[in-house]
Amino acid sequence: MSNLIQGKTGEWEIVIGLEVHAQVIAKSKLFSGSATTFGSDANTQVSLVDAAMPGMLPVINEYCIEQAVRTGLGLGAKINLTSVFERKNYFYADLPQGYQISQQEIPIVGEGEIEIELPDGTSRNIGIERLHMEQDAGKSIHDKHPTRSYIDLNRSGNCLMEIVSKPDMRSADEAMAYVAKLRAIVRALETCDGNMDEGSMRCDVNVSVRKIGDELGTRREVKNVNSIRSVGQAVDYEARDQIRMIEAGEKVTQQTMLFNADDSTTRPMRSKEDAHDYRYFPDPDLLPLVISQQYVDAINENLPELPDAKKHRFMQEYGMKLYDASIIAGDKPRAEYFERVAKGRDPKLSVTWVTTELMGALNKLALSIDKSPVSSEQLGELIDLISDNTISGRIAKDVFAEMLDTGKSASNIVEEKGLKQVTDTGALETLVDEVIAENPDVVANYQSGKDKLFGFFVGQVMKKTQGKANPAIVNELLKKKIG
Amino acid sequence: MNDLTKLTLKQALDGMNSKEFTSQDITKSHIDAMAEFKGLNAYITETPELAMEQAKASDERRAKGEVGLLEGAPIAMKDLFCTQGVRTTAASNILNNFVPEYTSTVAQNMFDQGMVMLGKTNLDEFAMGSANITSNFGNVINPWKRNSDDKDLVPGGSSGGSSAAVSARIALAATGTDTGGSIRQPAAFTGITGIKPTYGRCSRWGVVAFASSLDQPGSFARTVEDNAIMLQAMAGYDAKDSTSINKPVPNYMAAMTGDIRGLKVGVPKEYRMDGMSDEIAKIWQDGVDWLKDAGAEIVDISLPHTKYALASYYVIAPAECSSNLARYDGVRYGLRVEGDNLDDMYEKTRAAGFGDEVKRRILIGTYVLSAGFYDAYYNKARKVRKLIHQDFVNAYQKCDVILTPTAPSGAFAIGENNDDPITMYLNDVFTVPASMAGMPGISIPAGLSNDGLPLGLQLLGRPFDEETIFKTAGVMEKAANFIAEPSMVFEKAA
Amino acid sequence: MSIDKETVAKIAKLARIKVEDNELEKLSVELSETMSWIEQLSEVDTDGVEPLTSVVDMDLYKRADEVTDGGIRDKIVANSPESAEGFFVVNKIVE
Ligand SMILES: [Mg+2]
Ligand SMILES: [Zn+2]
Repeated sequence: MSNLIQGKTGEWEIVIGLEVHAQVIAKSKLFSGSATTFGSDANTQVSLVDAAMPGMLPVINEYCIEQAVRTGLGLGAKINLTSVFERKNYFYADLPQGYQISQQEIPIVGEGEIEIELPDGTSRNIGIERLHMEQDAGKSIHDKHPTRSYIDLNRSGNCLMEIVSKPDMRSADEAMAYVAKLRAIVRALETCDGNMDEGSMRCDVNVSVRKIGDELGTRREVKNVNSIRSVGQAVDYEARDQIRMIEAGEKVTQQTMLFNADDSTTRPMRSKEDAHDYRYFPDPDLLPLVISQQYVDAINENLPELPDAKKHRFMQEYGMKLYDASIIAGDKPRAEYFERVAKGRDPKLSVTWVTTELMGALNKLALSIDKSPVSSEQLGELIDLISDNTISGRIAKDVFAEMLDTGKSASNIVEEKGLKQVTDTGALETLVDEVIAENPDVVANYQSGKDKLFGFFVGQVMKKTQGKANPAIVNELLKKKIG
Repeated sequence: MNDLTKLTLKQALDGMNSKEFTSQDITKSHIDAMAEFKGLNAYITETPELAMEQAKASDERRAKGEVGLLEGAPIAMKDLFCTQGVRTTAASNILNNFVPEYTSTVAQNMFDQGMVMLGKTNLDEFAMGSANITSNFGNVINPWKRNSDDKDLVPGGSSGGSSAAVSARIALAATGTDTGGSIRQPAAFTGITGIKPTYGRCSRWGVVAFASSLDQPGSFARTVEDNAIMLQAMAGYDAKDSTSINKPVPNYMAAMTGDIRGLKVGVPKEYRMDGMSDEIAKIWQDGVDWLKDAGAEIVDISLPHTKYALASYYVIAPAECSSNLARYDGVRYGLRVEGDNLDDMYEKTRAAGFGDEVKRRILIGTYVLSAGFYDAYYNKARKVRKLIHQDFVNAYQKCDVILTPTAPSGAFAIGENNDDPITMYLNDVFTVPASMAGMPGISIPAGLSNDGLPLGLQLLGRPFDEETIFKTAGVMEKAANFIAEPSMVFEKAA
Repeated sequence: MSIDKETVAKIAKLARIKVEDNELEKLSVELSETMSWIEQLSEVDTDGVEPLTSVVDMDLYKRADEVTDGGIRDKIVANSPESAEGFFVVNKIVE
């Protein structure tokens, strides 16, 4: 699959790098003891430190360090045993200190690499440049007053991991797959909840274009890209806009753009780009952060199974196809659901029922698996009923539809509706006899060589039992009676 | 008791212990004296009602047998320490009406030990200055006068309100903060004793920051022993300050044994600077002789990077202050001057809120950190600082304490010495190197200048070895027998 | 090192301090003097010297991840020049 874009002057290559801000799962903030819960009343999760009152000092949260190290290990990255917190100085209404405590020269995590899967079934590696810890800013609310902005510092001081990729991506699909994989990893590690609509994961997308073999072009950074779909749209829009500009003889200037989710376009963030000069310097209120190799090793030993490892295991253990395996393994709740269903059950039935029936139904209902009306236990019971011949696979689909609607258990539905498979040979023989007696012409036709009519008799028996007859027994009886 | 303000802190504590007078008695005496010496402008905010309440509560505690280290003693608080419910200004217009909802750890430690707080003392704006002439609340006047004229003299800075208050007997003791000499130099200028402990000994939590890697709370009092009592109450580990050290606080009073036989006292040759006045040289020699007489051994030492300490200080301190003062933006507290837009509001607020010296330092700090200059200035200064630190480490291989003058001169008149900022900066030439190295230091009054003004001697010690400093200073204090009183106080007594 | 008026204006902008045009000259002279004095640092041989990070010789204290603070909105906005509904209020920010 070619990623090149055809312009008026030839083919263009898109070069994409991503900066993802992922909010660390922790009870309290990076440098203060206030809570990190989303959606609380304004300024209720703010300490004197978060509000940058005079004389307030930062004290680091041990768990945030552990989470950053865990994430670094999950990205297969180098962990820096000494890292340094620096102040990034700039003025903004939602930045109470007038600086953000971040890491610049020496981040806690260095280079790493992750594997992404693309829709065409291929996969490729994307380099990680670094991961550093930093404070989040507060929030400005612009719609509460016609001429004033309102500032809420609840988010101020939350721990973010800024994960910076290398400029290794070449298409919107790759960028989207990268974010999806990153999200799967942090979710598997439980270091970030990955909820992009709550802002727990936010993407800045750096895009430039060039002719094949040329130097890197000038990049523009698109901020405020808050869904995976938007990442793709931002890349597409930027690439097309930059190619248009260059081909029209304009120059692309390094600029910060804002993504507009309403029409999937980007626009410059400020009319006049301020010269940024963040005046980074080591925060004198903090000492260098030193961790030991043993500390890192201990975290590494307790790392959960990561999406890629899980994907390969699902293919191996359950015979899943690559596509299904990456869909299921790439999402922690799905993988857990699947493994609960598959435990002690037929692997093939489990795979089919989860990947095809359940996922299909959830897609239609636009529900995530943790909101599934059918629990893993319930689906497991349904599969059990198929396996022990209580119901047929056909009936099972009806039962499943009913389960989705009502949330009732499979056995309840089978019981209530009397859907138990009829396996009583005597009773079935009576019905077979009836069908033969009622259709002498068809019997004659069949016996004259129209083999295909066999199915007609099966169908008639099924009809008399509302589909509950055990098809194997019916087949056997018919063979015996009409040859 | 006639004049309870003449007592030392120790005498006052003893007097209350032996029921000669109550905290309310001695607090009232100080409140009366504060009114009398209002002209010194030593306090920005006086809190007499609060002080009397606290004194009453202290007397009640004492009656129940609860007696803290500072029980009932009326003390002044530099207006850089945040105090819940009491305006804290840092002597800046930008915090003109700031009333903290919290109390700094050091102030709280002192309250926990029974302190009665008389009020918040004046200082150079955000502690930036060496003469207490940059306060938004006016200059502080030194209670001392020189023989040659009647001009008002500076009390030193930045803790000039604290030094003037203790010198004028309108507080038994006071807190200060020392970033480049802001305790030791004003102590010298006002004829009292002041200690800057090791960086990390006293918590900086709740102290309005000037330069975080240098700021350190400390105390003023009229005797070495009083300072030992003060530091005992102030010091201690604080988990809220990541640069506070988790070491037990030794018993400073017990350290004052009076015995310094065999102690090695270093005399750094680089402090004998060109143009050092005879009177400073003489007082320094006196100090050497006193310690020698008491059985100490004098060793010549070298602190080769002394010359560059001031210049590197004037890169690092402004750099840190430019960032520390970014929070004063008119959004959450303090002054706001409305503007056409957010940036305009920031710019107008900060222009109106900061005085000239503070602005100068913010601008210098912004400049040395800005793109392209960071390595040439800021990083260079940090490397020089490393060398200065190493100088002290090397010196303490050869000696236990270091003896130097505190300041190159006695107090000067308001208006003198401020032709340009650098002349003013030179006041800190003897105090800044130890600040840069984070080492503890004390200044004690050692004698009078030809013009009748107090001159101080500085003793520096190893990190966290305030005990040796107190012990040595105690010996020197006895030998110096400095009994002169500032003319104002003297005249009042007469 | 001389800091011209344009540079003063630039750093004043970075520091968000309004400096009137007629103040630029004086500041330019003062800051230039200070910087030339600071220039003496270049005399010091610092080859191979690591910059000093902290005078405190100890490990960074790390606190446990517990919620121990917050829930003090009244105190947080108590000194605010302008607040409403528990928010700080500023000029409309246009992005
Ligand atoms: Mg970034
Ligand atoms: Zn960031």
